[in-house]
Amino acid sequence: MKIIVCVKQVPDTNEVKIDPVKGTLIREGVPSILNPDDANALEEALKLKDTYDDVVVDVISMGPPQATYMLRECLAMGADNAYLLSDRAFGGADTCATSTTLAEGIKKIGDYDIIFAGRQAIDGDTAQVGPQVAQRLDIPVVTYVQGFKIENGKAIVNRMMEDGYEEIEVAMPCLLTAVNELNVPRYMSVNGIVTAYEKEIKVWNHDDLQLDPKDCGLNASPTQVFRSFTPPAKGKGEIVSGTEEEVARNLVNKLKEKHII
Amino acid sequence: MFLSEKHTLIQKLAADFAAKEFTKEFLDHVEESEVFPEEMYQKMAKAGFFGIKVPKELGGAGADNLAYVLVMEQIAKASGVASIYVSSPNSLSGGPLLLSGTDEQKDKYLRPIITGEKKLCFALTEPGAGSDAGSMTSRAVKNGDHYILNGRKTFITMAPLADYAIVYAKTDPTAGTRGISAFIIDMKWPGVSCGKPENKMGVIGCATSDIIMEDVKVPVENLLGEEGKGFVNAMKTLDIGRIGVAAQSIGVAGGALEEAIRYSKERKQFKRRIADFQGISFMLAEMATKLEAAKLLTYQAAMMKDANLPASKEASMAKFFASEVCNEICAKAVQIHGGYGFIKEYKVERMYRDCRVFTIYEGTSQVQQMVIAGQLLK
Repeated sequence: MKIIVCVKQVPDTNEVKIDPVKGTLIREGVPSILNPDDANALEEALKLKDTYDDVVVDVISMGPPQATYMLRECLAMGADNAYLLSDRAFGGADTCATSTTLAEGIKKIGDYDIIFAGRQAIDGDTAQVGPQVAQRLDIPVVTYVQGFKIENGKAIVNRMMEDGYEEIEVAMPCLLTAVNELNVPRYMSVNGIVTAYEKEIKVWNHDDLQLDPKDCGLNASPTQVFRSFTPPAKGKGEIVSGTEEEVARNLVNKLKEKHII
Repeated sequence: MFLSEKHTLIQKLAADFAAKEFTKEFLDHVEESEVFPEEMYQKMAKAGFFGIKVPKELGGAGADNLAYVLVMEQIAKASGVASIYVSSPNSLSGGPLLLSGTDEQKDKYLRPIITGEKKLCFALTEPGAGSDAGSMTSRAVKNGDHYILNGRKTFITMAPLADYAIVYAKTDPTAGTRGISAFIIDMKWPGVSCGKPENKMGVIGCATSDIIMEDVKVPVENLLGEEGKGFVNAMKTLDIGRIGVAAQSIGVAGGALEEAIRYSKERKQFKRRIADFQGISFMLAEMATKLEAAKLLTYQAAMMKDANLPASKEASMAKFFASEVCNEICAKAVQIHGGYGFIKEYKVERMYRDCRVFTIYEGTSQVQQMVIAGQLLK
């Protein structure tokens, strides 16, 4: 079984500061990380690899050359192969152009049974790329996956809804987008990191994907950003949970830590 | 400090692991129960922390000394005691096997300690033989296809938890240090017992005790290395081990500095942050500068080892300077915290106690000075 996981390198939004005057994100000096939902997507693929003998897990990303760092992280978690779609021509892409490029990359890898993607990236928050890739590959898609298993060659998926859940049977190949509730992503391992740097990351440009530059990147992006703005920031809250006694004790400890009492 | 991308990723793994796993609740629990949960030990094994420098063909990660230092630093920054569990298989207990073990011995004893299935300890010190390890009195007498071991080892880290021990004993009491040999013993063998775990000042959660050997029958295949070469094996192990203590020191010191900076920005006295007083800010500047110097000495020693250069002097300098500076930084961090620094609820209280042993174990600061001076004056 071959599983392809779509991953993205994003700025760590916990570290992003907002320019108070311009209202834009200050991205300088902000570390880049593997998008959190994509880590859940990768974990689900790796769990299948732990369970069955013949599973190959490939990760694919579109991004600048430095995205190889994030791909090494995926390899260090246990992915078998990594592909980076990187080309000046891919720059400035909206979700529409991104999904075209990713779909071509996935076709070139070929022979997949399941494609996992994160629900959405923390930088753009669109949640569009996964479903668009499925549409371009003409395969079924289930979004908001919080539970997953394989039975009799079919994927049984638990789809998170606002007020409940859906249990869906879906034929493979299919594309599934993972939510945070699906699993807890594993750590890399030191062994994994050493091995990850012994592997080659395949980098493909528009020629490799046989894509015309006018069909990718900014040229093929109908979305135009009209205005960016930041809603006024609220103070960060913290929920203290547990039994009444624990809550009281924790609350007192926190207040003491802040020298309030 | 410029690190390769691979080393940055290893550092990130250890930092992420420490931040997620070594929460205040977890650390308080270890301190109160004096037990490091097995579940956490297994998580650390899975992350590959126990065989960082061990070649892949022996089940390790096949990384280098610098990678080991980076992991130790990040783990120690959050938990001094957790870093001892990382250090032991990589250095003191795993080291003698890597240096002198046969393929069978490595397969039988080193592999399972890397995977976390078994624990191994290093037993050199005796009640009357500390810095002067060569004056040990433990005896091993050969009798056909086995040796009979008698003696008492003291302050043995992890002894009550260990499945196996590397012990040093005299096979020829007339030959001085050339009469010392190393053995691998099973802690369950008849005649092997542990003393009561010591009631320590710091690094609580990793039991330390005596190992008592009474007519322990050790098969000849458990002799580690050649007869009479045990002291060389122990000294070579300690030579590398020192870099690990230096790494622990820069880790704990880094943690204490972070706490001191955070606290001095939060705490207000005389209507301003205490960080705004020059007396406090200059203390922080000095702590950070000394920590940086200690870090560079430690990384340098590791990188020299990785380049196969002689680094005995540099490792001793790193251990000596980093452990002393760590004690100074932790003491200042407590001072900056004022009365709160004296209270167990604050992290710096534990760091202050944990780091005290760093200038003592694996060769005191004075032994390091002897090594350094010896190299300068030879």
